[in-house]
Formats: sequence, structure tokens, C-alpha cells
Amino acid sequence: MEALKSFNPKIEVRNLNFYYGKFHALRSINLTMPEKKVTAFIGPSGCGKSTLLRTMNCMYALYPKQRAVGEIIIDGENILDGRHDLNSLRAKIGMVFQKPTPFPMSIYDNIAFGIKLHERLSRGDMDDRVEWALKKAALWDEVKDKLKQSGDSLSGGQQQRLCIARGIAVKPEVLLLDEPASALDPISTARIEELITELKEDYTIVIVTHNMQQAARVSDFTAYLYLGELIEFGETTSIFTTPKQKATEDYITGRFG
Amino acid sequence: MNLYYKRRFINGLNLTLSMVAMGFGLFWLAWILWTLVDRGLSIVSVDVFTHMTPPPGSSGGLLNAIAGSIAMTVAGVAIGTPIGILAGTYLAEYGQKGWLSPTTRFINDILLSAPSIVIGLFVYEVYVASTHHFSGWAGSFALALIVIPVVVRTTENMLKLVPNGLREAAFALGAPQWKVISLVTLRASKAGIVTGVLLALSRISGETAPLLFTALNNSFWSADMNAPMANLPVVIFQFAMSPYEDWHKLAWAGALLITFGVLGLNILTRFVFRSKTTLH
Repeated sequence: MEALKSFNPKIEVRNLNFYYGKFHALRSINLTMPEKKVTAFIGPSGCGKSTLLRTMNCMYALYPKQRAVGEIIIDGENILDGRHDLNSLRAKIGMVFQKPTPFPMSIYDNIAFGIKLHERLSRGDMDDRVEWALKKAALWDEVKDKLKQSGDSLSGGQQQRLCIARGIAVKPEVLLLDEPASALDPISTARIEELITELKEDYTIVIVTHNMQQAARVSDFTAYLYLGELIEFGETTSIFTTPKQKATEDYITGRFG
Repeated sequence: MNLYYKRRFINGLNLTLSMVAMGFGLFWLAWILWTLVDRGLSIVSVDVFTHMTPPPGSSGGLLNAIAGSIAMTVAGVAIGTPIGILAGTYLAEYGQKGWLSPTTRFINDILLSAPSIVIGLFVYEVYVASTHHFSGWAGSFALALIVIPVVVRTTENMLKLVPNGLREAAFALGAPQWKVISLVTLRASKAGIVTGVLLALSRISGETAPLLFTALNNSFWSADMNAPMANLPVVIFQFAMSPYEDWHKLAWAGALLITFGVLGLNILTRFVFRSKTTLH
């Protein structure tokens, strides 16, 4: 954790426990994610990495049986205290899911959907913002002539970049990526990874991934989770070269998981 | 090798049985359509659309019955559809916990399979008996009661087919629930819900029993929804049961009109939706 001292903390998780009904999915997680860096969560299936990600925008609140206890402090405020307006919180914290989820509307409207929820823009400003978001997600050149077409008409990789553009368009401060490339082919995956590297100039990024090479390539910090516990957290280079825990080393070297 | 031979045999057997079952169904359907066309088509003329239902022994048409059927069917769908869609949306999107949605779903299922004559009698009792006259509105209400459970069921089923990821993606952008539902999930299941409404429309356009006790019939032109109203099913019922030859003929024409009206509407909607989903 010493390494973190030189960075601004953006998200602090303090003593977080999570329950799916009676199942205790996360156990006393403590973690600090620095601003404008990429933090990766790795670990075997079912270790709680997606669960941890989904607490950061209170996605679990949609489901009556899911419960988070503890603190997640973003910009000095605890978002789990129940006093937060979830809609404005989610405007600040964007999320991209494993499967591309274009809305049943045109490419343009897919991007405009999120913007309209939080801002009133003139037609011209809206056009500019949509273009900006699509450029930022490296999709503009491929779709600029067919903005009126349905988002479903795009390929899987394009759909995923559309979802990233849709998230960016709201101008969040944090982007949560839940295995964003796991359903994509290697070329689309490479584009998404390049994109992540570009996006960290402006955003704090947290990514869940099954792919350890991906974590090593794109992230600055890595957290290894196992059975709901945070086993090790630190700079990606040190986690991957000199892990302090035997369990982390076993997982990274492929002896386990 | 023996195993693979056996599998192929079972596959062939299943395929044959399925084809036979399909052929059996199609055979009767084709026969019904053929009889309708055979008996009805020669009767359908301009007169059918321009003249009122005649007294026995004179010539006439079905204009008042066609108009009455259209008016009551449209009113029934117009009343039933919004209620059905809203209730179905509640069941699929809001009713995750508590007793209200399982209860509603159970009652809706009962209503879905309720004999339509019971619905006719019910509207007779609560509406016709208290207003002391049969009316087009009473007929529309009875039809709406048939529309509602069909639309509730299809709306709920179609919304449940929308992948949860789509909902989460909309919530993750900070959308309030009513916007997630109205702009994303309902839109994603639009084609299915419209199919449900059409299904309900097809069902009520041939319903006789509920209209017999509510709209009754009217031998003359009437555009007054507060008065007894002519309609195709009851006219067909009455004319087909009569001993008069020219009434029989008009009954066949009416049956043909209902069937092909519903068929045409289904084909049209399918066509419109297909071109829309590929274009937009």
C-alpha cells in the first residue's frame, strides 16, 4: 500500500461486506483506487470481483435480496449511507457490462439517451457531444454515416464500443468495466484495451477481467480476490513480478484457478 | 453403429409424427377457410357494404353490423389495451416482492380462461341492468374485459424476455425506473406487445356471447353507443339460426368478412413491423 501514497485516492472501500441473501460474498474488503489510473480486479470465477465492482455504482440496489455493509467513499462521501441519490451517483460513475447492451434505438439515440437524463442540450450541442463521445470511443469513423441506424446492426466489438461511448457521453468521473472484452474477438479486444489506455488520461477506471495478460497490459494497479476476500493489492508490475502472497503467485502463474 | 441407427430412426419417427400433427391442423384450417370462401365470396358485393340488414325475404347488406362491430371492437381494444399494458408492466417490472403481483397474476389467469358468456352476463348485471337498456358501450366494456387479461399476459411475458442486462445498462446511466421501462424495456418488447393486442383484437372480433347480453342487436343504422348496436357475430348467429335462405347467405358473408378482416390486419401489422425493425 506504500506505493499508493503518491496518488490521489478516488474510491476508498472500507470494511465492505456483501450478502446475496444469506450468502456472504465479500468479506471485509479494504481497498483504495487512485484517481486517473486503471485498477484491475482478478481472481477465479465466483471470487466476488464483479460483486465488488457492482457495489461501486450501487447496482445491487436493484435487487431486494442483495445487501452491502460498510463504506465506499467516493470524493469524500460514503455512497452506501442510503442518503445518496442513485441516479446522480450513476451519472458520475459509468459502467460497461460483459455483454454489449445496445438499446433498441438508433446509434445516435443510444448515445443521447444518457445525456438527456442529466443535461438539457440544444440540438447542435447534442450533435457535438454525440460525435465527441463516439470519437473518444474510437467508433466515429465506422458509424458517422449511419447514425440513424439501429444499434443492433453493429458488430459485437462495435456494440461494445458504442456502450463505452454511451457511458463516456454522460461525462462520468469513474468508469467501471465488467469484463468488457470477454465476449469479443482478439482484434476488438485490442481496440478496447487501447481505448482503456487512452481513457485513463481523463477517467478513473476499474476493470474486472478473467484474462491476466489483459490485467497486466492495461492496469496500473491490481487486486487479487479469492473466495470473497482481498488477498493482495498493489501496483500491477509488482503483483505480477514479485507477489507477496503465495496464493497470488499460484494464481498468476496458472498453478491454480 | 446400432445406436446411431436407432437415433436416426427415432428422429425420423418424431419428424413424421410432427408433420402429421401439423398436416392435421392445417387440413381443418384450410377446410374452414375454403368453406367460408366457397359459401361467402359469391355473396360479398357492394350491397353488403352499403345496405342495412334486411327483413327476411328482401335484399340487403351488413353495413350496420360491420360499422357496429368495428366501433365496439375498436372501443374494446382502446379501453382494454392501456389497462392491460400498465398492469402487465407492473407485474413484470415492479412486482418483485409482496402478495399483490402473484394474486393479480392468478386472478388474471382465471379471467383469461373465463367463458365469455360469463363476462357477458356480468356486464349485463352491472351495466345493462342498471341503465335499463342494451348499448354499444356495454358491448365495448364486455369486449374490453376479454382484451385485458390477454394483453396483461402477453405484456408481462414479453417484458420478462427482455434481458436483464439491458435494464441494468439503462439504470447504470442514471435513468430513473420509469424511464428505463418506457424508453428501453417497453420499446424492446414493442413487437411482442403489439402481437398480443392483435391477438386480443382477433379474439374479440368474433365473440358473440358477450355481445348478446350487452349490445344485443339493431336492424337499423345507429351510431349511438348508448343504444343497442348491430354487430357481425350476433347478426351471424341470428341469421344462421333462421329458416330464411337469404339470411343464411348474409351470415356466410359476415363470417367471411370477420375472418379475412382479422387475417388482413395480422398480415398488415406483421408487414409494417418487419420493415420498421430492419430500417430504424
